[in-house]
Amino acid sequence: MAVDLNKDKLEEIERAAREWEETTLKRTLEKRPERKEVFLSNAWQPIRRLYTPLDVKDLDYTRDLGFPGEYPYTRGVVPTMYRGRLWTMRAQTGFGGAEETRERIKALMKAGEIGFSLDFDLPTQLGLDPDDPRARNEVGRTGLNVSCLKDFEPLFEGIPLDQVTTSMTINFPAPILYAMYLAVAEKQGVAWEKLSGTLQFDLLKEYGSLNAYVFPPRAALRWWADLVAFSVKNTPRWNPCSLWMVLGGRICLPPDQLVGYAFAKDMTYIDAALEAGLDIDEFAPRLSFLAPASIDFFESIARLRASRRLWARIMKEKYGAKNPDSCRFRIYYPGSADDLSFKEPLNNIVRATIQVLASVLGGARAIDCGAYDEAYAIPSEESSRVKLRTQQIIGYESRVADVVDPLGGSYYVEALTSQIEEGAKSCIKEIEDLGGFVACIENGFLQRKAAEAAYRVQREKETGERVVVGENAFVTEEEERPLELHEPDPELERRQMERIRKVREERDNDRAQALIGRIRDVAATRGSVMPLILEAVKADVTMGEIMQALKDVWGEYTLVPAF
Amino acid sequence: MSAEAPIKVLLAKPGLDGHDVGVKVVASALRDAGMEVIYLGLRQTAQQIVTATLEEDVDVIGLSFHSLIHEAFISELMNLLKEKNATGILVIAGGSILKTHAQNLKPMGVAEVFGVETPTQKIVNFIRENVKPKRGH
Repeated sequence: MAVDLNKDKLEEIERAAREWEETTLKRTLEKRPERKEVFLSNAWQPIRRLYTPLDVKDLDYTRDLGFPGEYPYTRGVVPTMYRGRLWTMRAQTGFGGAEETRERIKALMKAGEIGFSLDFDLPTQLGLDPDDPRARNEVGRTGLNVSCLKDFEPLFEGIPLDQVTTSMTINFPAPILYAMYLAVAEKQGVAWEKLSGTLQFDLLKEYGSLNAYVFPPRAALRWWADLVAFSVKNTPRWNPCSLWMVLGGRICLPPDQLVGYAFAKDMTYIDAALEAGLDIDEFAPRLSFLAPASIDFFESIARLRASRRLWARIMKEKYGAKNPDSCRFRIYYPGSADDLSFKEPLNNIVRATIQVLASVLGGARAIDCGAYDEAYAIPSEESSRVKLRTQQIIGYESRVADVVDPLGGSYYVEALTSQIEEGAKSCIKEIEDLGGFVACIENGFLQRKAAEAAYRVQREKETGERVVVGENAFVTEEEERPLELHEPDPELERRQMERIRKVREERDNDRAQALIGRIRDVAATRGSVMPLILEAVKADVTMGEIMQALKDVWGEYTLVPAF
Repeated sequence: MSAEAPIKVLLAKPGLDGHDVGVKVVASALRDAGMEVIYLGLRQTAQQIVTATLEEDVDVIGLSFHSLIHEAFISELMNLLKEKNATGILVIAGGSILKTHAQNLKPMGVAEVFGVETPTQKIVNFIRENVKPKRGH
C-alpha cells in the first residue's frame, strides 16, 4: 500500500507521473482526444483518468483495510469469504396465494436454492385485510396475500422451518408475520431458537421512498424496538430487520449521500433501541443490511466496502460496541430494477449480471438478482430461473469467488472507498444539523433530494447524455417481444375474501375481540405488544384487525409529497 | 398562446402502490414546461380524484400505475366522471403498463398511455396538442 512507501518513493512516483503527463500522455491527447471532456459516474462523481499510489497515500493498511473477518472489515466480514461458502442465493418469490407460492419455493429448493425471499402484495404490506375496501383490485397483484395464520400456514406445508432461511420483504406489518412464522414453527414442533431468516422491517425508509408507511415515524420507532427486543431474546438466529440503503426508491444519488443518509436512518433505530433499554451488543449483531449494487460497477463495489468500514467505526467509536459481531456490516443485495430497461428486456440479463458481480466483488453475504422482466411485473418462471443461473455461473464458473476481496489494493477502488467514506460522514453530520432523520422525513428534505436526482437522471436520458443501450442509444426499431408474464389470478381476490370471512366466522370471536382490546390498551402504554400479537395470530385475529387496533392508538400518517 | 392561462394538470397515484419517482419526474417536467401542476399524492381513490378534478377545474388528469390495477381503476374513474358530467378532460396514464394492456385502456376513454421509458417532452407535447382551449374565464 502507498503508506508502505516512504517519502522518497512517493516523490519519485509524483515526478514520474508529471513526466508521463507532459510527454506520453500529452502526445496521445493531441492526436486523439478522449471520448469526453469530463467523465462522471452515473451519480455525477468525477472519475479521473488514472489512479496511482499517490491517490491512496493516506491509506494505512492495518488501520483502514486490515484483514478479512477483522475490524474494520473493509475486506470482508468473514476471513475466508466465498472460499468458505458462497453467498446465499436468494430469489424473490411470492404471488397470489400460499399454495402457488409454495410450489414455486419447492421448485427453487430443487434447483439448489437455499434461502428464499417472500414478496407480498400491497394490502399485506400495508396491513389491510383482503375485504378492506382499500384493498380492492390489489389482492395478490404484486406478491403474496396474507392476512391471517390460515393464509400463512399452508405456505410451509412440507417445508420444515429449521431447514430453510426465509427473508420476508414486509415492513409495517412485519411483527405480525413474524408472529405467524413463530406460530407455524410451534405447530411443526420446531424450536424458536432454530429459526433463521430476515425481516426487512426498515420502517423509516418507507416515508418518501417506497411509501408503504402506516403509523407516524415516532410510533414506527417504538414498534421497531419492540420487535427487535422480542426477537433477540426469543429467536437468537433470526435477523429482525435488514436496513435498506435506499432513498426515494432510487439509487441514483451520489454514493456518499446514499451511505450517509442511510446510516443517519440506521443510527436513529439504534438510538431508539438503546432508549428502549437494550444493550448495543445485544441487538447490533442481528442487524443486516440491504445495499443495492448499481450498474456503475466500481462505484458500487467501493460503496459496499466503504459502508462496511464506516459502519464498523461508528459501532465501535460512537456506540462503544464490544462484540465484534456488532461491527460486522452484513450485506444483502436484493436485486435492483433501477438500471433495468423496458426496451429489449433480454439486455437486462447482462445488466443484472454486472450488478451481481459488483455485489460479489463488494463482499455481499446474500444476493438476489434483478429479473429481466422485472420492469413490467412479477418475474416469470423463466426469468426466476435465469436469476438463479446468473448467480450460479458467477459463483461456480467465473472463479471470482475464489479470492477474498480481489480488488483490495486497487488504487482506484481504494481511493474511491475512502472518498465515499469521508463523504458519507459529512452527510450524516448534515442530517444531524437539520434536526435528525425523522425531521428530514417530515420536512421533505430527503424526498426532495431523491426527486431532484431522479429528475436529473430523466433529463440526461432525454438529452442522450446518459446512455441506456437500446433505449436512447443504438435503438433498433423492433416489435415489442411478448414476454412470458405472470398473470394474476382473477379469482384470487374472491378466494382470499372468502377465506378471511370464514376465519372470522369460525374463531372464538369473544376471545379475538378481547385480544384486540388488550393490544389497544398496551399500545397506549410503553409496554411490549409482541407477546399479545403472538397470542392474537394464534387466535385467528387478522392482520387488518391488529393493525387497526394499533392505528386507533398511534394514528395513521400521511406524507406531504415533495419534489 | 402564452397570454392564456396555463394548462392545469392534476396528477395522482391511485391505489396502494407507493412508487412515486416517476410521477414526480413528470410533475417536475410539466411544471418546467409552464403548466400548473397539482400532485395529489399517494393512495388516491377514484372518488378523491374526481372531487379534486371538479374543485380545481383541471384540463388534464394524469394517473401513474405500477401495480396492475389500471383497468379496474380507470373504469371506475371514467364512470364517476361521466356521472358528474365532467367530460372534455384529457385523461392520460403512465407507469408500468404493457402495450397490450394500454390498448384496452384507450376505448375506456384514456387519451394516451405512456410507458416508463417515455421522454417527458413527449408527454408535454401530447398535452399541449390535445388540451381543448376551454379556459376563457
